[in-house]
Amino acid sequence: MGRETDDAIVVEGLKKSYGSVQALCGVDFAARTGTVLGLLGPNGAGKTTAVRILSTLLKPDGGSARVVGLDVVDDAAALRAKIGLAGQYAAVDENLTGFENLEMVGRLYHLNRKEARERADELLERFDLVEAAKRPAKTYSGGMRRRLDLAAALVFRPPVLYLDEPTTGLDPVSRLSMWEMLEARTAAGTTVLLTTQYLDEADRLADRIVVIDHGIVIAEGTSDELKDQVGGERLDVRLEDDADAERAVAALAEIAESRPSFDDGVVHAPIRRRSGIIAEAVRRLDDANVGIDDIAVRRPTLDDVFIALTGHKAEAEPAEAEPAGEEARAA
Amino acid sequence: MSTFAMSVSDTMVLAKRNLARIPRQPDLLIAYTIQPVMFVLLFVFVFGGAINTPGYDYVDFLMPGIIVQSIAFGGFVTALGLAEDVKKGLIDRFRSLPMSRGAVLLGRTISDVALNCLSLVVLFAVGFACGFGFIDANVSEILAGLVLCLLLGYAFSWIFALIGLYSSSPETANAIGFTAIFPLTFASSIFVPVESMPDGLRQVAEINPFTTVSDAVRSFWIDTPANTDRWVAFIEVFALIAIFAPLAVARYRTVAAK
Repeated sequence: MGRETDDAIVVEGLKKSYGSVQALCGVDFAARTGTVLGLLGPNGAGKTTAVRILSTLLKPDGGSARVVGLDVVDDAAALRAKIGLAGQYAAVDENLTGFENLEMVGRLYHLNRKEARERADELLERFDLVEAAKRPAKTYSGGMRRRLDLAAALVFRPPVLYLDEPTTGLDPVSRLSMWEMLEARTAAGTTVLLTTQYLDEADRLADRIVVIDHGIVIAEGTSDELKDQVGGERLDVRLEDDADAERAVAALAEIAESRPSFDDGVVHAPIRRRSGIIAEAVRRLDDANVGIDDIAVRRPTLDDVFIALTGHKAEAEPAEAEPAGEEARAA
Repeated sequence: MSTFAMSVSDTMVLAKRNLARIPRQPDLLIAYTIQPVMFVLLFVFVFGGAINTPGYDYVDFLMPGIIVQSIAFGGFVTALGLAEDVKKGLIDRFRSLPMSRGAVLLGRTISDVALNCLSLVVLFAVGFACGFGFIDANVSEILAGLVLCLLLGYAFSWIFALIGLYSSSPETANAIGFTAIFPLTFASSIFVPVESMPDGLRQVAEINPFTTVSDAVRSFWIDTPANTDRWVAFIEVFALIAIFAPLAVARYRTVAAK
């Protein structure tokens, strides 16, 4: 199979437990060279454990993982020269300035002093930190620290980059600017493993997504493939009066792919998008004397996918599992 | 670059990092300068009058001991700093870099030696101001005492490194250091002659390495008869390094954030 050679990251049957807690229970996934693989799952799903194993910080209990052809256990020392690690901890030395942090990392990658300084200046410019370059990192905002942390991971231009929840805890504006920086970076041919609990982040940044929950892979595919798994588009009609529900369902039944459902004031009708469908729906509802508050065609989000696959929301506790998830799984 | 040259370079980069932070963290500078001075003044003027050291002025008896104690605790910032680095994920970054496995700890312990030299200068200045003087000590004996103090400080840097790597936070490291090691310095000949202690405690104090080292330093500097041979003090200090340096490096290899 050509797969082996094209894949920068190959993980097979990876297992890891901490005492009696199984963090990874036999996980398989692969990332093609030059693509972004999103590892999506809630807190405690095993994402960080996977990244820690792939960055040689942790030894797996079973299975294997190879990155750019190097085994994470047997070739750990050689592998460290090929990877960059950045993430939620924003691992920078707060007492050093931005410049000093990057220079230090460059020196630890064994660049000579001149190279390390040039590279530090270059990265400070690219990550919009020039003005803050001479200030200790403890004076930085959360977003600036993440940018510095990401810059540190890129000092040596690693062919493989791990981003462990790069925007967790950031405000929306910082998150957006982080995404823009990541997009610019990932266009350059680096293979990226991105872990996230944010569906919109995976949707925006990842070429392929592996959904992980309780240490197992529960789905894999592109964002579109995953969305297709929960079904296609649907028409959502919010009614002015709930008493019209039965008539509305009947009116939409003929244009729907399957029988529409009514839930919390909204009629959901699975449809196949075509021009004129909203006009037709409005006409039918009008003929049936149903008052419409709002009408829209909606494509499933990764949220829907997550609920369908796991029975709970990605960012919520498992205890808050919604019955809607069970319905969708059956569909 | 050869593996050895790489290790040296990595260690120096990290030692420089540790020293660069000192002027930016004034509280650390206080730990190295004001705190030892406070101890000297407290013991010379508050307790000194009540402590009997036959044949010697208390300040002459005290200074070698308090220098031993201050230098041993110089490595305490290594415990705090490493616990902080682990907590903040900086150790994760270092461990994912293609750098020498021992460099983070070597860089720490070596920068501790530099800071301990600074403490020594401050301690001698305040000691001389309080009336301390060498008694029948030649230059090589003075130097031997200094080397022994710095070696003890180096050994304790490794002990504190181990504590730091096992602590979940700087606060924990602080608590372990002060409950486990600080009392040991009092159950020794650092501040008082062990002969004044009750049975039981005296025997503990006599085998305490702080006693062995303090007595050896005193015999170098103020010409006391060394209760134990001076070379035993050196052997004990090297033994501490031989035990705790490998333990700390082994812990570093597997330490995890959180």
